Amino acid sequence: MSSDVIQVAIQRGSSEASHNEMFEVPAFDSQTVLDVVSWVQQNTDPTLSYRFACRVGMCGSCAMMVNGVPRWTCRTHISKVLVDNKVEIAPLRNLPVIKDLVVDMDPFFDKWVEAEGVHHGTLTRDDPIAPIDDTTAKRVEANAGIECINCSVCYAACDTVTANSEYLGPAALQRAWTLLNDAKDEGRTAILDAVSGKGGCHNCHSMGSCTTYCPNELDPMSAIAGLKRETAKRFFGRGG
Amino acid sequence: MLDTRLYMAQRITAILMAPLVLGHLAVMIYAVQGGLSTAEILGRTQGSILWFMFYGTFVVAVAIHGAIGVRTVIYEWAGVKGTALTIFTLVIGLGLFVLGARAVWAVTFA
Amino acid sequence: MGGDIRMSRFAHIKGRAHPLWIAYILHRISGLALALFLPLHFWVLAMAMTDPSKLDAFLGMTESVVVKVAEFGLVFLLAVHMFGGLRLMAMEWLPWSPPQKTLAATAAAASFLIATLFFLKAV
Repeated sequence: MSSDVIQVAIQRGSSEASHNEMFEVPAFDSQTVLDVVSWVQQNTDPTLSYRFACRVGMCGSCAMMVNGVPRWTCRTHISKVLVDNKVEIAPLRNLPVIKDLVVDMDPFFDKWVEAEGVHHGTLTRDDPIAPIDDTTAKRVEANAGIECINCSVCYAACDTVTANSEYLGPAALQRAWTLLNDAKDEGRTAILDAVSGKGGCHNCHSMGSCTTYCPNELDPMSAIAGLKRETAKRFFGRGG
Repeated sequence: MLDTRLYMAQRITAILMAPLVLGHLAVMIYAVQGGLSTAEILGRTQGSILWFMFYGTFVVAVAIHGAIGVRTVIYEWAGVKGTALTIFTLVIGLGLFVLGARAVWAVTFA
Repeated sequence: MGGDIRMSRFAHIKGRAHPLWIAYILHRISGLALALFLPLHFWVLAMAMTDPSKLDAFLGMTESVVVKVAEFGLVFLLAVHMFGGLRLMAMEWLPWSPPQKTLAATAAAASFLIATLFFLKAV
């Protein structure tokens, strides 16, 4: 790093009123964006609100807009995002801001449930565990999406979410797609109904920002395309 | 905003129009060689059931396709919702159909 | 649902300009432009019935360079919207790998270009 002090602009306030505040943060080796935010909170302004938990890219709670792009801040090195030794940090897009860098995740998780992103089981504890064959085409599809950490980066990246408040969004629809392909899930009809409604998969315009920005390199856009295929098949009376 | 029905209508009309667009592009490239005139256009199309079917299908498909497409854009970019959105969609669809049908009629059997 | 305190409709995101987003915006703009152009197109053509001399006067304008450029624009919009749409449907409905799709789209566009060139030569 060229300079030993970083200029950091952090968005403060809530959805009603927000402004940028400038902070100077000393640069360290292997410093993440989350480290920078934490330094400000611990050393300059203890009233700065933000979220994090695991700091190793597992929990999905620290996502923010960094220079206008949604990122998991605990796994993003500040050196990679600095422009002229400056960085702009803001709360996630497309969600109501509670305070500073903390957004209300309720709409995101409500839509997760709305998309039937819940387990639809039929077996009881007395039944034998269903064997899962990792090599079947359906299991490969399901496996491709199950590493989602619910960080909402894709939800923040999507312009369709911004423009259409009903739209369920990439994460919820990808979850629906993994369950549809999961041999242990029996919710096919419920899932297809849920993703065929007004806010469903057909609102996706395949702009691909979800897949571009997913920190776990998942591909929600292709998962949503899978839902479009399955609902189209059902429309023609096949694959109910 | 877009459910399965509208989505399928949009895609089916799109598939229907793909060969029609290719045909239309070919006619355009062919027709502009040596200049356009009313007589030249009518000489090709007048009394032709084939052209009537070709452009008639095209107009029906484009009225449906265009209405659903514009509906999406005005919902997302202009915030038009509910009944207003339905009326808007119908006006665009019917408008395109009436104007288009009139044009097809004009160059074939009028 | 807590959607009542949303951020502004066009809250900014930078770094949108990846290929798929550009394809999306091109498809939307070309579609919108075609939808705006069509009523005019239909209106003018119907003059063959209502006022043939006016249609001839209008068609005479197509000799001017400005109109030629506009015509080129319209043909371009139509071609872009069609190929963009075919690309979209291939992406949604054909379970191909992304490189296969790129290859298919490139092949279709290239063959279309070649065919058009031949056609222009032929007439």
